[in-house]
Amino acid sequence: MGLEAKLLKDGFLTTTIDAITGWARNSSVWPMPMGISCCAIEMMASGDPKYDIARFGSEVMRFTPRQCDLMIVAGTVTYKMAHIVKKIYDQMPDPKWVIAMGACTSTGGMYRTYSVVQGIDQFLPVDVYAAGCPPRPENLLNALMEIQTIIRESKARDFQDLPKIKA
Amino acid sequence: MEVKEQILVILNELIPGSVIETSDFRDDFTIKIRRENIVEVCELCKSHESLQFKLLEDLTAVDWGRTKNRFSVVYQLFSLISNFRVRLMADVDDKDNSIETVTKVWRSANWAEREVYDMFGITFLNHPDLRRMYMPEEFEYYPLRKEYPLMGIPGALTLPKK
Repeated sequence: MGLEAKLLKDGFLTTTIDAITGWARNSSVWPMPMGISCCAIEMMASGDPKYDIARFGSEVMRFTPRQCDLMIVAGTVTYKMAHIVKKIYDQMPDPKWVIAMGACTSTGGMYRTYSVVQGIDQFLPVDVYAAGCPPRPENLLNALMEIQTIIRESKARDFQDLPKIKA
Repeated sequence: MEVKEQILVILNELIPGSVIETSDFRDDFTIKIRRENIVEVCELCKSHESLQFKLLEDLTAVDWGRTKNRFSVVYQLFSLISNFRVRLMADVDDKDNSIETVTKVWRSANWAEREVYDMFGITFLNHPDLRRMYMPEEFEYYPLRKEYPLMGIPGALTLPKK
């Protein structure tokens, strides 16, 4: 019998706050689909029934940053776009995580030129890089599982020194 | 009469002295036009009954990197009645890098000319809205000029703070 049966019998279980919040958070990571170019197509594909990102509880792509935990930056970030990406990232509530999806986002990729940011880690704290041009949906799902591991292993005290929002 | 000859006959007859030279490489028919005549030549190509180049397919520029007549502004025209393409070119100098706008002939030239202005710094006189197209407005350089480095000039474009 599963967890439900045990709870029905005794009515309680013991755990730590870190374990229960980590478990709750990692199985409902709501992504902000920052689809800027072709990687966004693979990101959409990972949401379809074949690859089914819902298996990981991340099917709720929110198009408002205020309801998101994870930003998937999927595509070439130009210097002009960087300010917009950063502005959206700043609007996401803490705690939040970032996946740099694909070669362009991680390093500038084949766009070694004046207008493209050579890696978004120059202005965003990236947690996981997904390699590929574009990465296949499996690869994005793997990156998501990495994020889930990071979330599961994070402790409540990790978030205490977050920057305070100025009034 | 073939369209190529027809264009030249009409241009030479109605706007004498406007054609500098022509070239015909693998059916890419190119006419080099004097810069001063560009608007009337375009107007004629569009409105003449037997030409009717009503579609401006593209408007762009080339930086040849030479001292005299450094840039060429390129107009790709298409005629729907004769299914024929012609390329007009007008040389622009580095010092006086301005040319009359053709937005009055084809309205689609508006954004194309803005793009050429953004990338090459060629000024289009009497353009209705000559602003940068792609680069930020405070950007000071023209990235498709030959002297602009591939990776840009450090500090020319800003990133948000980490």
